Amino acid sequence: MWNRTQMAARVAQDIPEGWFVNLGIGIPTTVADHVPLDREVILHSENGILGMGPAPVPDKVDAWLVNAGKQPVTLRPGGSFFHHADSFGMIRGGHIDLCVLGAFEVAENGDIANWATSENDTAPAVGGAMDLAAGAKRLWVVMDHTTKDGRPKLVERCGYPLTAMAAVQRVYTNLAVVDVVPGRGFVLREIAPGLSLAEVQSRTGATLHADA
Amino acid sequence: MIDKIVQSIAEALQGVQDGATVLMGGFGAVGQPDELIEGLIEQGAKDLTVVANNAGAGKVGLAKLMEAGRVRKIICSFPRSAGSSVFEELYRAGRIELEIVPQGTLAERMRAAGAGIPAFYTPTGAGTKLAQGKEIREFNGRPHVMEHALKGDLALVEAWEGDRWGNLTYRESGRNFNPVMAMAADLTVAQVHHIRELGGIAPDAVHTPGIFVKRVVRVHRGAPWV
Repeated sequence: MWNRTQMAARVAQDIPEGWFVNLGIGIPTTVADHVPLDREVILHSENGILGMGPAPVPDKVDAWLVNAGKQPVTLRPGGSFFHHADSFGMIRGGHIDLCVLGAFEVAENGDIANWATSENDTAPAVGGAMDLAAGAKRLWVVMDHTTKDGRPKLVERCGYPLTAMAAVQRVYTNLAVVDVVPGRGFVLREIAPGLSLAEVQSRTGATLHADA
Repeated sequence: MIDKIVQSIAEALQGVQDGATVLMGGFGAVGQPDELIEGLIEQGAKDLTVVANNAGAGKVGLAKLMEAGRVRKIICSFPRSAGSSVFEELYRAGRIELEIVPQGTLAERMRAAGAGIPAFYTPTGAGTKLAQGKEIREFNGRPHVMEHALKGDLALVEAWEGDRWGNLTYRESGRNFNPVMAMAADLTVAQVHHIRELGGIAPDAVHTPGIFVKRVVRVHRGAPWV
């Protein structure tokens, strides 16, 4: 099994130089820590930043510079600021190469549910998740393979309210890397060390097709 | 001589009516015009519809205005954040209406209002419960949701500097929703940290041209905002 650090590192491994990337809150944010400094990947933040850098050291915190999770960040040389309509124009207009989000569920048809846990959620908060899921060129999800009580999060159809339809291309979990292939469903690309296909399948709520 | 600079928060908020739709800039605490928002409590307008990305935090600014019972409805993308307990209590008690809008759709609805576009189609939200009851139309084989422009009676924005013509520049990620809201309301009021002489802001550096701004008021904030 992979731990959270290894999951983030595994995602980072697949991001090539030159991509514009938006990282969601949680494990996705930590993907940035695993992109080597000499590989130029430009991070986008919904609140109007391109070229976002890591968190500052405590005595260099700039109150005017926060990420989408409202945590202090830094700006790399070459970075820029812009307003919210331009920021989401970049997202919706297909200019962002990759978005990495967490999720409650991903379905074999690429549907994603990551913003509300029931139809009657008290005050659900969607933020930019629907815009990112619908607009980015690629959507990858990084999440645990199952819930804390063992229910599969990779499913045939999402039970929770959808964030977007047919949007996810790839899922990185603590057990495996799985592609979502239109017309085929979940295709297993990689299994975490020490696990078998049968073990991963038993914790998955839909058929895992062999990589071929 | 055109002079949009006013001397007090009270003067900046003169004439705000009950029932107004108020656009409030900011993303979390950054670029949020807290002094103007708190000025609304003093000013007294009630039955307000507030448009903001978040639903306030702690006991200041928007949270304080809501706690004072002045807000009938909030239109936002992310009401649930650290310290948003005032909103959550009011919402649970059924004392405030909530309209959830995806963040980019929220920004674009105001941009459209400012640009004279009454409605537009977006792929965001198609097939989700936030599209329920809305017109769906297919473009390039993909469903899109029709969204309406969102116009304010009043916009409260925060900028780093401004001049007497109402030209504004923002600071770093404090820009966020502010320029979009500034163009989407009948009365746009800007609180600024610095007043510059006319011509003191380089023309190439103006983010919001004064055409969108009616009143400018200086605020004096200490650390960490200086």
